[in-house]
Amino acid sequence: MSKQQTLKSKSDERVFDAIVYAIAAVIMIIVLYPLVYVVSASFSDPSKVLSGDVWLLPKGISLDAYTSIMDNDKIWRGYLNSIIYTVVGTVINILMTLLAAYPLSRPDLPGRNGFMVLITLTMFFGGGLIPTYLLVKDLGMVNTMWALIIPGAIATYNLIVMRTYFQTSIPWELQEAAHMDGCSNWRLLLSIILPLSKPIIAVMVLFYAVGHWNSFFPALIYLQNEELHPLQLVLREILMISQSAFEGGSIGLEKQILLAETIKFAVIIISSLPVLIMYPFVQKHFVKGVMIGSIKG
Amino acid sequence: MKSAQTSAASLTPSQPKRGSGLPRKIAKRYDLYLMLLLPIAWYLIFHYGPLYGLQIAFKNFNPAKGIFGSPWEGFGHFERFFDSYYFWRLLWNTISINLFSLLIAFPIPILLALLVNEIRSKHFSKWLQNITYIPHFISVVVIVGILNAMLSPTGPINMLIEALGGTPTRFLEEAGWFKTIFIGSNIWQNMGWQSIIYIAALSGVNPQLYEAAKMDGASRLRRIWHVSLPGIAPVIVILLILDIGHFMNVGFEKILLMQNNLNLESSDVISTFVYTTGVLKGEYSYTAAIGLFNSVINLILLLMVNRFARKTSETSLW
Repeated sequence: MSKQQTLKSKSDERVFDAIVYAIAAVIMIIVLYPLVYVVSASFSDPSKVLSGDVWLLPKGISLDAYTSIMDNDKIWRGYLNSIIYTVVGTVINILMTLLAAYPLSRPDLPGRNGFMVLITLTMFFGGGLIPTYLLVKDLGMVNTMWALIIPGAIATYNLIVMRTYFQTSIPWELQEAAHMDGCSNWRLLLSIILPLSKPIIAVMVLFYAVGHWNSFFPALIYLQNEELHPLQLVLREILMISQSAFEGGSIGLEKQILLAETIKFAVIIISSLPVLIMYPFVQKHFVKGVMIGSIKG
Repeated sequence: MKSAQTSAASLTPSQPKRGSGLPRKIAKRYDLYLMLLLPIAWYLIFHYGPLYGLQIAFKNFNPAKGIFGSPWEGFGHFERFFDSYYFWRLLWNTISINLFSLLIAFPIPILLALLVNEIRSKHFSKWLQNITYIPHFISVVVIVGILNAMLSPTGPINMLIEALGGTPTRFLEEAGWFKTIFIGSNIWQNMGWQSIIYIAALSGVNPQLYEAAKMDGASRLRRIWHVSLPGIAPVIVILLILDIGHFMNVGFEKILLMQNNLNLESSDVISTFVYTTGVLKGEYSYTAAIGLFNSVINLILLLMVNRFARKTSETSLW
């Protein structure tokens, strides 16, 4: 390569780098802007939001939206319900996934492939919404929290990820040795497999828990009783259907309608808070989960 | 799935030979079957149970008589659906939303991963990744809430349009905008998360290949084209097949939340129709038939794509 060529390719490289960084910066702005806007609007004076004055930073700082959320029973009840559903649901998810994934990871289990086919087929074909709905109804789960938890007790994708982890990350020799020493399969699972599987279990807890926290559709079809509504359903009502959730306060109607505007932003923040606070701590685990999942591909 | 199978096979233990025979092998591992009892029962009830219930698509379901006792109807529900005035609208909306998603939204995470791969500063690339992952964890309800806020007549998008001299648009109430907004916000929410798998695949590409291409005088764009892309091609094929595997169902919950009477013309899809007519209006047999039609189309698509992929690229699900 002549010297001139090298110089030319060097400046080409620099132009290329500049373009790469510019595109990356634009992407970050596009992703962040709506989030920043929601946060700013939630802390702003409602009239400034409605007039379009708020576009990046909060204008006429006001905490009214948050204080009126604090007084709202519906939101608190939804919050509490969501916490219960998330905790109970995730515990059941983990137990069931573990109980399925471990035996199916064992190469010495007769009939293993048959079970795997039975399970994998469900990823590609199912009865659909209506037969599932009728089944849950027949089982008497409507208007109980079990309708949100039992029908989704195992996510097949997660089961396969966990099984792959057991197969690839825990040496089979170790399990065989334990067997030689007369260790039963239950003890093997509890005292050898579980302690070695903390990373994957952490990932599964996070996947399942975020799923429960964010889910609204099963609650929409199975829970008619408002007292049981999880946060996402309460949110849907506030964000999409009406402002009725906040009617009947002591403030004037005009102010109420104004306030309803910023309340929408504040409930978005309040409801996303648990997941977003957790995010920086767990993001590397999430990524790991996706990576393990990709091994199977 | 293939690699999981082979890795399992390589782990196959050296069985102790005494007293072999299948019954004995099974009896020795009865506790493993005990563990499987609950999960397998669950699969039979909650995945195969609805398959049994699917027979109501060919019956006139009567809750009093139950699934088994209801009288047969044959293909009447299917005929009614195919003859209905909304059949083509539902089919077109379902197919077009998913087709446009596949064409526009599917390549974006690949491009993002290639971009991340070209960033030399590790620090900067981590920031880019972590920021683009955030929206993945936001619930559908909140996403649609944010869309409402951003696109409302007094929201920032319309303010910008006005400042630039345009006329504000009620984006969410116009059928013409529905698909664009739906797909655009999906990209916003998922591009980062979906890029993870490609970024992982890219980090597995042999660095010597890049060095060799550089020696041959390949520019960076050419290196992306000739080294990076072929390196992740198998992953792309698998994810494409998986995406097509739920072609007819994508985004149901979000579409339901974004739907209103004004945009129904382009937001009414098969799955939302099944919900509103089946669950809300109680026409169980009719909508079970529509759901079955949807699943069958989906399955046929999946089988076709998998076959095609196996023939052309030797990468397939099975």
